[in-house]
Formats: sequence, C-alpha cells, structure tokens
Amino acid sequence: MLLTISTTERPATDLGFLLHKHPDRVQEFDQSFGRAQVFYPEAGEERCTAALMLDVDPVRLVRSRGAASPDFSLSQYVNDRPYAASSLLAVALADVFRTARAGRCAARPELAARPIPLEIFLPALPCTGGADLARRIFEPLGWQVAAAAVPLDAGFPEWGESRYVRLTLRGQVRLADALNHLYVLLPVLDDAKHYWVAGDEVEKLLRAGTGWLAAHPERNLITRRFLARRQSLTRVAFARLAEVGDDTEETLEPPVEEEVTERAVPLNVLRREAVLAALDELGTRTVIDLGCGSGQLVGALLTRPGLHKIAGVDVSPHALALAARRLKLDHMPEARRARLELFQSSLTYTDARFAGYEAAVLMEVIEHLDPPRLPALERVVFDAARPEHVLVTTPNAEYNPRYPFLAGLRHPDHRFEWTRAEFRAWAAAVAEKYGYRVAFRPVGEEDPDLGPPTQMAIFTAGGPDA
Amino acid sequence: MPDITVPELSLVVLVGISGSGKSTFARKHFRPSQIVSSDFCRGLVADDENDQAATPDAFDLLHHIVGVRLRRGLLTVVDATSVRYQDRLKLVELARAHDVLTDAIVLDVPEEVATARNATRPDRDFGPHVIPRQRKELRRSLSKMSRDGFRRVHVLRGDEIDQATVGFERAWTDRTDLTGPFDIIGDVHGCAAELETLLDRLGYVDGVHPQGRTAVFVGDLVDRGPDTPGVLRRVMGMVAAGAALCVCGNHEQKLVRALDGRKVRLAHGLEESLTQLGAADPAFVAAAKSFMAGLISHYQLDGGNLVVAHAGLKEPYHGRASGRVRAFALYGDTTGETDEYGLPVRYPWAEDYRGRAMVVYGHTPTTEPEWVNNTICLDTGVVFGGSLTALRYPERELVSVPAERVWYEPSRPLAAPRRREPAALDIGDVQGNRFVETRFGGTVRVREENGAAALEIMSRFAVDPRWLVYLPPTMAPPETSRLDGYLEHPEEAFEEFAQAGVDRVVCEEKHMGSRAIAVLARTPEAAARRFGVTDGSTGMVYTRTGRPFFDTLTGELVDGLRAAAEPLWDELGTDWVVLDGELLPWSAKAEGLIRGQYAAVGAAAMAALPAVEAALEAAAGRGLDVGLALDRARRRRENAALFRDAYARYCWPVSGLAGVRFAPFQVLAAEGRAWAVQEGHDWHLRVLSLLGGPLVTPTRHVFVTLDSAQSRAAAVSWWAELTAAGGEGMVVKPVAPPDGEAIGRRVQPGVKVRGREYLRIIYGPDYTESLDVLRRRFLGKKRSLALREHALGLEALARLAEGEPLWRVHEPVFAVLAMESEPVDPRL
Repeated sequence: MLLTISTTERPATDLGFLLHKHPDRVQEFDQSFGRAQVFYPEAGEERCTAALMLDVDPVRLVRSRGAASPDFSLSQYVNDRPYAASSLLAVALADVFRTARAGRCAARPELAARPIPLEIFLPALPCTGGADLARRIFEPLGWQVAAAAVPLDAGFPEWGESRYVRLTLRGQVRLADALNHLYVLLPVLDDAKHYWVAGDEVEKLLRAGTGWLAAHPERNLITRRFLARRQSLTRVAFARLAEVGDDTEETLEPPVEEEVTERAVPLNVLRREAVLAALDELGTRTVIDLGCGSGQLVGALLTRPGLHKIAGVDVSPHALALAARRLKLDHMPEARRARLELFQSSLTYTDARFAGYEAAVLMEVIEHLDPPRLPALERVVFDAARPEHVLVTTPNAEYNPRYPFLAGLRHPDHRFEWTRAEFRAWAAAVAEKYGYRVAFRPVGEEDPDLGPPTQMAIFTAGGPDA
Repeated sequence: MPDITVPELSLVVLVGISGSGKSTFARKHFRPSQIVSSDFCRGLVADDENDQAATPDAFDLLHHIVGVRLRRGLLTVVDATSVRYQDRLKLVELARAHDVLTDAIVLDVPEEVATARNATRPDRDFGPHVIPRQRKELRRSLSKMSRDGFRRVHVLRGDEIDQATVGFERAWTDRTDLTGPFDIIGDVHGCAAELETLLDRLGYVDGVHPQGRTAVFVGDLVDRGPDTPGVLRRVMGMVAAGAALCVCGNHEQKLVRALDGRKVRLAHGLEESLTQLGAADPAFVAAAKSFMAGLISHYQLDGGNLVVAHAGLKEPYHGRASGRVRAFALYGDTTGETDEYGLPVRYPWAEDYRGRAMVVYGHTPTTEPEWVNNTICLDTGVVFGGSLTALRYPERELVSVPAERVWYEPSRPLAAPRRREPAALDIGDVQGNRFVETRFGGTVRVREENGAAALEIMSRFAVDPRWLVYLPPTMAPPETSRLDGYLEHPEEAFEEFAQAGVDRVVCEEKHMGSRAIAVLARTPEAAARRFGVTDGSTGMVYTRTGRPFFDTLTGELVDGLRAAAEPLWDELGTDWVVLDGELLPWSAKAEGLIRGQYAAVGAAAMAALPAVEAALEAAAGRGLDVGLALDRARRRRENAALFRDAYARYCWPVSGLAGVRFAPFQVLAAEGRAWAVQEGHDWHLRVLSLLGGPLVTPTRHVFVTLDSAQSRAAAVSWWAELTAAGGEGMVVKPVAPPDGEAIGRRVQPGVKVRGREYLRIIYGPDYTESLDVLRRRFLGKKRSLALREHALGLEALARLAEGEPLWRVHEPVFAVLAMESEPVDPRL
C-alpha cells in the first residue's frame, strides 16, 4: 500500500512536474476500493521522493460490493491488500499517474523523454517466486535490484520466509517506463488470487508493455501470469468446505492435470497412447473412464469410431466442467454426443451406471485415494460394476530419482506411489479376490534398473483358469 | 344393487364406448387425482381434447402418468374407451410391470343412449360411424375380457351404472394393522421337536402365547426333516387359532404340486414329506394341502415397518402382487447361474436394500443370522444339524435352539454369511436432491449442488464411512452487541435463551483448536462388531469435514484417547464411544492455513506499516498536513501487532503427539444410547470429568441461571477474563437435552460468543475501526442452518445407537457436509 519514487536528477523537485503532482501538497484520489494519497516525504534540490499511499479498507470494500458478490471467503476480510503492493496498487498507480505513464509532460518534455536516475521502494511486495524472481524480472529492464525476503513471523522462526519482499529498484530509467514496469509487473509477481479483473486485459498488457515486454527474457511468464488471473469457474461451495475444514482451497484442488516434467513426448501422452493401444488389442467397443479429469482420454476415445459407448466419470464437478468445455459438449454433433456419457460419481460408492461397459480405465486414479479406502474402490469396480477388462495405471515410485527436481511425491494430492513390486502385489490380490487375471506392461521409456515411469495393469475377468 | 370392490392398490380400467358415462362414473367413485383420462392427456399434448391425430402422443403421456403413479403405489383409474383388446393389453402390461393388480369396470350402455348423450355435447361431433364401431369392438371383447389379464371384470348395465357402489379391498399381504409383538421363526423343515423346544423357549403354551405375541413362520415348514406332518399340524393349529401367521416357502409350493399329482422331481427332501404324509390321515393331508395352497407370498406388518417373506423381498415389491413378486418371495433373486453344487446362485439383494421396513426371511441356510441393511435371514439350517432361530420383534432379539441331530445331509456345506464388504454404500444413498427425515427437526432438504461439492470432499478426503458416524453442526453467534467496542457479548446470548423460555444454560470455554470427533472402540472385536471394521484398527479421530487429523499418528492418537476414555466403559456400560471435542493446538491441523493466510497478512502488515509511518513522519516534518493519516497509520500498526498475537496464541509446536490436547465436551453416543439426545450438558461434563491422562484437557465451564442477574453477571465477567487472556470465547447452550418442544420453538442448540481480540482473526486486524459497518450482519441463514445441521447430526447418532445400517447413518452425516457448503457468511 506504499510506493515511493525518488530521483536525484537535479533539480530533483522537477519530479513534481513529471508526476503532475505538486511536492508541497497532499493530494487525494478516490479509488473504487479505497483512497489513494500522494505526498512528498522529501523534496529537495538534491533528492526528491514522492509517495503513493493506498488506503484499502477490506471491510468497507467487501460490504460496498452488494449482495451479488460471492462474499465468500474469510480471506476477503483477512487479507494482505491493505498492506501489500498488489494489483490494487498497480491500478491506483495507473490512475493517479496516468499522464506520467503516457510519458507526457508539457513543462519538462525533455526530462520526460529521457532516462533519469530513479529509486523505487516497495516495503511489502508479494512475490511468488521470491527475491530471485524479482531480480529475474526487473534486472533485464535496467534496474539494480535489492530484494530481501520478509520473515513470516518472528515469533515462529521455523515457519521461514513469507512471500513478501522488501524491494528497492535503482536505475537510469525513463519515468514513464518505470511506471509501466510497475503497472504490469506488480500483479505478475503477486500471481495470487485477484478479485477485480476487467475484460480487456490483453490490450492493457500490450499497451503498457510497449517497447520492453517483447524482448524480455521472462515474457512468457509475465504474459501468462498477467492474463491468467481470471478465475474461470466459481467454486464457492467447494471453497466454503475447504474453509470449514481449516484447509486452504489450493490444497484441495482437484488433480485435473499433473505432470512433473516436460519431455519430448510428455508422459501423459505416452500414457494415453498406451491405454488406447491396450483397448485396441482387447477389441473393446464400450469404455468407461473412471476419474476422467478434464477429459483428455475421453476426447481421444471419441475419435475412434469403433467405440460406440464411452463414459467419463469424475468426482469433481470442476473437472467435469473443464471436460465439458474441452470436449465442446454444447456443440458436439448429436451422433457423437449420443456415444458419450459424462457424469459425477465417486469410486467409493457403488453406482449402477458404472456397469455395462466392456472396459473400465483407472488412469492415474488409485494413487489419489487413501490406502484404507482402496478396498471400497476395488469393490465398486471389480465386484459391483464388474467390466470384462480393467486398466489401471499408476506411477512407478522407483523411477522418481530420475526426476531431478522432485522432492516427495509426483503430485501433492498423491497419497502413495508404489514400486513395481507393490503394484504387482496389490493387483494380484485384487485379481485373486474378484476372479480376474492380470497382466502388466510398462508405459514410457524404461530405465534398465528403475523400470518405466508409469506402470499399467490389465485385468481380465475370468480368473487364471478361465 | 351391485357392489364392486377393487384392490386398494390397483389399476382400474374403465371400459365403455364414448358417451357411456365413464367420466361421470369415475368422478362419482374416485378422487379427481386418481383419474387419468385420455381426453385430458390429449388436451395437454395438443391444446385440443378432440384432436384425434394427437392420440398416440396422448396415450404415451397417459401411460407415463399411470406408470409413475403405480410405481409410487397409488390407485389409478384410467378413463378411456379401452374397447379394443390392444388398448387394454397395454394397460394390463403396465400394471404388471409395476406388480399391481388390474380390474376392469365395463359400462355397457346401448348405442342410442350414448349417441343421444354425445349429441348434447358440441365437442363430440365425430362422425356417425364412430359409436357403432366402438360398440362392435366392445361386444366382441366382452365375452373374452376375463382372459385379458384382469383380476376381475365388473360389467354394469342399465340402472346398475347409477346404483353401483365401489368399495376397496385390502391386499392379502396387507396386515399392517397387526402390531405384534411378533416372534418370527426360521425354516423348520419338518423338525417338529426343535420347533416345540423353540416355542417353549419363546413362551408359547400349547401354541398360544400368554402375552398375546404372534408367531410368524417364514415358510419351508416341510421336507427333509423327520416330522413334516407334526410341524404342519402345530402351525395350522396356531394359524387357525389366530396365534400365528405363515408365508409360503418354495417347499410348500412344490409339495402342493406333488400332492396335486403333478409331476415333480423327488429331490431336496420332498420324498420324506410324501412318505410321512402318506402315512397320515387323508383328511389331515387334504387340510394340509389346502392350508399350504392358501399361503401367500409375504406379509406387511406393523404399519408397514415389518415385512416377512420366505426368501426376502426387495422394497419395490412390498405389498405388491404379481407372478414375479411371488417368485422373488419364494425363491429370492437368482442370477440364473448355478454354483459348483448345482444350486442356484443368489443375487445378494439385501446388500442393495434401502427400504425403511425391516425384512425378515429364511430360505438360505447360514451358520449365523446377520443384519444386512435392516434385513435378516433366520434360516440357520436346523435340518442340517444347525439350529432353529426366531427373531423377537420389535426387540430385535434372536432366540435359537440347536438341532437334536443332523436330520439331512446338506448338498453344500453351511456357510458363514458372506463377510461384510468394506463400504456397502451406493451413490444413490447420497446423490441428487434429497429429503432426509429427522426425528428432531422434520425433513431436511439437501440440494443437489451442495451434495455434489460434498461428494467430492467426502470421496477424496474423508475417513472410512464406517467411522464417520457424525459430523458436528455449524454454530451461530448471538445477536450483534450494541456495546461500544464489541461485536459479540454474552448478554445477547443469555437474553436470547431467556426469551425462548430456557431457564438454565451452560457456558463452555471455546478452545481455539480444530473441532474433532473421536470414535473409540475398546477392542478390535468391538470395532468389528459395532463398526464392521476388521482391519484391527480401533477408532478414528476426524475433523469437521470428516478428514483424518494426522497421516501417521492416528493410531497413536486413538490409543491415547482410548486409554483416557477407560473409565467410560463401565460408567456407560459400553465398549465403544463417540466423543465431541476440540483438538489443540489449532496449528496442529491448520498450520498451512495459518501460515498461508494469517501469518502472511501479519508479515505484510509489519513490513509495510512502519515504512508508511516513516514516510508520513517525514512529510509531517516538512510541514505537510498528514496528521490524521499518521494517527491512523500508528493505530493500524498496533492493530496488526494485536492481530499477530491473536493467532499466535493458538499455535504451538508439536512433535508427534507431544503438545497435542483433546478437550472433550460431549458424549455423543455409546452402545444402545445416543447420549447427546438423552442427557443434559451437566451430565456430559460430569461424565467427561472422569477422563484423564496427558492427552486430555478439560473444558472449563460455568452454569448460569438466567433469571438471576447475579448469575449472569458472574458469567459475563468469566467470559471477559477468558477472552482478555486471549481465549477464543465461549459457547452458551441450554443445559437440558433437546426436546421436541424446544425444537418446535427453534431454540438454538448453542450460540458462540467470541472474544474481542479473537475476532481480529475473523474480521481482519482493523475490524475494530469499522464496527458500525460490521454490525450490519445477517444471522438468519446461519441460525437456520445450525438448526437443520443439528437435527441431522442427532439423527445420525440416533440411527447409530439403534443399530441402523451404514447407509442410514451415512445419509444424515453426508447431508451435514452438504449443508456446510451452503453460501453463508463465513465470518459468523
């Protein structure tokens, strides 16, 4: 909520002309979310500092938005916006210094057009990626960066650092450029939830990024973060349950897409191809994808004319909404639509709708269940639904050392990852109990010692003697 | 004067040409809602009751409406001409598909009468050929109509149409008027001696119970055993005397066929019966044959709460009549396959059973009767050397006598019932719009979208549903305080309860931890017996959303709490208990939330505000007018420091279980008792004071007599002290257990009064600057939600204590989670 801009270009008080704000006055500007003030803590010949202070009152903010707003999360009252240099500060800055940001100054046109020594100070900049990212973002733009992480709570040193950085930028930069850098980069560094997003974000980014964004080495990250701050689907009910359970919504995110590393052919593609190949070999004409996520496999299944009945099931309404969008369910031709069922259900409850398919696919699903809940899944799939074939894929834990940056499990929602021996033991026991026979095959490039990154089991009803 | 009777649940098909007076007849004898007319349906689909082109669609609709009504068990009258065989056939098939009987009432009027009537109606100007054609079709049908599949065809002519009365017959299976108590007796199979011993044990004297109990035989009295005539003689005598009921078993069915001289295979012990009966008095044999031939498929008893059928009966068949209902009742649901002994493989219908009625049956011999979803099989194979078992109803007690010997070698060995499967829950138990009946708050509606969110949380994160027997309700704060500096204050809570007629409340310290439900079994055997958990674990501790507290420490926590709960086993006469409490510290469960949200806000504030102050001070030093802003910045810095203190109080490091505490405040349930329903909070706090050990910390409390100002004042100062020292606040509850009257008046089960500093965590560090705005808060929805969730929670406990099946306990528990996803102000 505080930003100071200083210059030592003499006479330093010309900063007042550049910013169009008189150094000896305190000026106020109403913003939709609070009140901005501009004042000068120092205004000398040698050095002049302008301060932009933004007063955000979260209580009034939430209350003023009326009954239509999803006044939902505790975090709307208990949040960092009154203190941190978030997108709100960027918006206020763009508004209060609109003329300066455009590089216009009738009184000192020459000064506005050239780089001058500037120092910018932000006491609490939310920075997802830490001080290091702040350097990577600002240094290519000609800034010298001094960034120090703020500890989370001095009373609990074991909690470590917060995501706030005390940031000072120094450099010879045109003032209009400096303001545009801040306008774009404050929300980019924040990269947290945003609550007020206008519609024309792309244009805003292009306009403010003129002359510097295109050549920036981190332009991909900047673009992605700047534009990806719209929450496409409101999930208020889910968010509420997260809060009731003292959880954060992020920790409960449905595991829609997951991959730890990118490679020539991503593992998820290899896995999908392996499953499709196995289904082809089995000659199945009806398939149910249990745990379909955003519908990648279902989409691939739909392209195969031989499959005349396909179902995608997921427990997460969010995942199903993504799948419906990915598959363009609303525009799907009737004949194709008629082959597809997409519905919410759970693998720990029996469901009559699971029955009647030749093959069921559990692709990267079982590892998202707590081990004590696996017997329920086994009963639901192998006993109650009882398809002719069941395909199960799951990570091979032995392969994990091949991922250099991986600490722990491959996805935060994984409850376990099995070695080949563990997976085989589980599969064999299930096959024995429910009268299936089982075969295994590797998925992905196999390591001679560690095995493949993903392992697959193919169950076929009938048991070993059948 | 002809008296027509139709079954109470049936499809009544009126048959008659246009103008024969069907609609008038229907209106006279049936309720408007019971009548579905083709003209009405034609109007619905075509905006014109006479648009003959719409007839196929109109009948599609008519059949649909009739089908829905029959499925729901409603008598339905079809008002259409139905003079053609094909039209009647469709209706008869529809009724059969819903296992109800069909009666036809034919109104046979002369053509001239009908034509004259139609002439007076301007909307009936169909051509002159129509009536004669219909008449011809009717005449052709009349003689054969009795073979159309109707139970009965009532034909009315002339004056009979006006004079007829219509009465309703109860179904044979409907003995809902009998309320028992009953002794339901399993398959006897000619074991007369064991039957006499059992009747004796049950208290029957010469076939009559002195206390007027009624015996109900599940069938299969005959075959295999040593004395089929003896058994028949006893049961026939009891039934004749009104001391017993008996349903038909598959063995009776076959024996009757054999006695009728039909060709049947002499297997499964039929030969023994025929030999024994061959030696009996022919008059007795004739009586026995007529007795057995008259046995019906099943009985509905005790207001529909009890169903007895030989092989069981799924819910849609209760009280219905059709060939397949009888087949199900006699033979069960067979898959059509046979096992390695050549016997039919039976479909385990009981595992899918979701009906309200208890279903008691026999037919499949097992070593031990076992409850499955409120159904029980009593065939314990006495003839194979097992035992003869009876169930006392409503006591749910089993009484059994052992076989005197093996009377007949079984073709397959007696098996223990199939081991209970991990989670016999079906998606249909929770998905969609649901209406959960509760005994403490009426029917609670759960909306589909809330259920969808709950399904995700439940499936991905919750503990095994066998442990998840309860979820705590939300709790509302009292009316907002007007006192300067306060948003919440005890006085409003006291006033609210006093207004509601409550005389005594308890104030319980609210520990700022995480709500925790502890389910504890004394031994692995108790866990297996009561919860069906057979992996050797003996309990679970879970959160408000049903998640386990710890990944790896749960076993240790359960062990510790079980040790602490040791005194309860004797005190409550139980080997399991469910406790409600708070698990401390808050950071044990919520550290991610605290660090990600609360500590982060504190860090940002403590980094930013000093810089703001410094900038403003410098500006003030230059003589700029920033005094107000500077004051405000200083205050906010103080508020931020208080905010930090507020959450830090509830965080302390834990290592393993060291540092973890459980503060119990209610005994929710134990063997046979839903204590939360039955005892007041004084009882609960006294019983819980028996708990000890390092893991348990007491819940401090004071009792308040609401009509004493002194008592109230003492509690207020207790609260003030508690919250000044950093406490979260307190919960105020009526001491007495919930009674129907209080629930009717919608008295809150408790309200929370939170401390001034604690509320910074809820409303933000600077909330004290905006009290005037924050006082506008709306409690109605939260309070209504609290009442509904409370009713659901108590319902779950009552169902648990009464030994209801898993899905019945899970239903209200799931509903609580679904309700919690309702959008209400989370700060309340």
